[in-house]
Amino acid sequence: MTTKEQWGTRVGLVLAMAGNAVGLGNFLRFPAQAAQNGGGAFLIPYLVSFVLMGLPLLWVEWAIGRHGGQHGHHSAPGMFDVLGGGRRPWLKYVGVLGLFTNITVAAYYTYLESWTLAYVFHSVVGTFRAISPTEFFPRYLGDAGGSIFALPHEALFWFVLTLGLNVWVLSRGLVKGIETAAKIGMPLLLLFGLVLAVRGLTLGPADPGVVQSPLVGLNFVWEPKVSGLLNPTTWLAAAGQIFFTLSVGMGSIHCYASYLKAKQDVALNAASAGWMNEFVEVVLGGSLIIPIATAYLGLAAVQAATTGGSGFSLGFLTLPTLFNHWGWFAPVAGAMWFGLLFFAGVTSSLGMGQPLLAFMEDEYAMARRKAALLFGAVVLALGFLCVWLYPGGAFDEFDFWTGTFSLVVFALCEAFIFVRIFGMERGWAEITRGADLRIPRIFRGIITYVTPAFILVIFLGALIQPAGEWVAAFRGVAAGEGWPLAPGSVIGRLLHAGEADASWFVDGRPTRALVQDATRTLLLLVLVGMGLLVRHAWRRNRPRAG
Amino acid sequence: MTRTAWIMLAATWTVVVLFAARFFLKVLRTPPREDD
Repeated sequence: MTTKEQWGTRVGLVLAMAGNAVGLGNFLRFPAQAAQNGGGAFLIPYLVSFVLMGLPLLWVEWAIGRHGGQHGHHSAPGMFDVLGGGRRPWLKYVGVLGLFTNITVAAYYTYLESWTLAYVFHSVVGTFRAISPTEFFPRYLGDAGGSIFALPHEALFWFVLTLGLNVWVLSRGLVKGIETAAKIGMPLLLLFGLVLAVRGLTLGPADPGVVQSPLVGLNFVWEPKVSGLLNPTTWLAAAGQIFFTLSVGMGSIHCYASYLKAKQDVALNAASAGWMNEFVEVVLGGSLIIPIATAYLGLAAVQAATTGGSGFSLGFLTLPTLFNHWGWFAPVAGAMWFGLLFFAGVTSSLGMGQPLLAFMEDEYAMARRKAALLFGAVVLALGFLCVWLYPGGAFDEFDFWTGTFSLVVFALCEAFIFVRIFGMERGWAEITRGADLRIPRIFRGIITYVTPAFILVIFLGALIQPAGEWVAAFRGVAAGEGWPLAPGSVIGRLLHAGEADASWFVDGRPTRALVQDATRTLLLLVLVGMGLLVRHAWRRNRPRAG
Repeated sequence: MTRTAWIMLAATWTVVVLFAARFFLKVLRTPPREDD
């Protein structure tokens, strides 16, 4: 019934875990978040959050995973069931989130990943010399006609190709597939990032098209605005960045760690993978898009492009054009930039696929190849909705509810369950068993109290995020003005706050509000469906367990 | 770049590079533990 797979090498495991954490956000989100939230001052709450929340949560997830693996479970429902010793059957339904999140995030993330593969191709063939990416991108997505529907043939082709590649790698198994992909992808990602960073940071006035030193852009990222340290918005943004960059709260780390032997280390491996992610994010991620874009566009344009804390437009719409200044190196630079984004993406999406494969292998005795095809079919169906309804906002809905909200809910639950139900005594023993790194004992208290508090603050922050600054919002409440709920907050989204008309149809035509509500309903049905699948699996495998 | 920006960059990069390198080297040098 259970798989006997194990990691081939320790380095392979750490690279796979680091690759799972390193994603597009390391290069596109981090620099923009840092620049817009206090610059260098952002790095203080960022590193504090890493030590007090990120690292402890990594240790908890690795420990839960290895513990589950020893009981024959390589996906979250079974792992959470054994955390309660079989006496709390509801725990396996908490673990359903660890399946749901991976599948639903994979649906839109694989689509995003496919854009990077398409951009590698278009960089090499010189598409961006003939057409501006700002013109190319909406056309590529089929988002040019004002309709809420799109059927872009090229985008669909790259999506299916990318998904097929993921399925193929997953079907090869843990060592031949995932580990090999990480051993190829991670070094190439680092190499491409280093080459581009060196080229970007050494741009000078003599280079054609350069209007400002790239160091002005680097200064924009690193100049500490000390007032930011006293601003709750900065702390919340830093904690959020740490949370989302480490891929915690998904179930994929648990799954990878479950293939460890009982006495193999989790303390050092987890710390190494976590710090490797930080290296890619802080050193490479902070040295690419903003310095290069500033060199060619000037600081004012870059400041405007990163408002809102996203570097997506710089990465996909601006950089391909700017590379054209680099002569013969332009197609190589484009291929390297989107190639590193692709490697960052694919090593993450493989981590999203493995939990479903493990669940089907463990609980339904399904062959790996068949389980990989099942993963492909489910992601194709859900991902098609993200392609088809992209202009209607389905992609954004997937991103928010599964790629943001669900992660925080799952992490909050697991932190509570690990400390209160599994028990910190056993939990600490689990984390430190076989450890090749001595974890200071103070982390026992941090895991018990501080880490859950951090996650709770992020959860509440997402729930009632105000429009504007937190301090101003609290002052407004004190003055009796009420809470200015942000349209992007959880409650704001549910209530369609900030939208003049949330009708499903206008003049008989479906609206974005319909797509949003339909997508949310679908995601809820997927969650319930997975819960029923877990219930069926448990009844099937343990008919007398009740 | 201002002096404070350089200081923040140097301090952060030093911390991140040192920990990332230290732990990864330790992973490379420590053989995996076998089960009893």
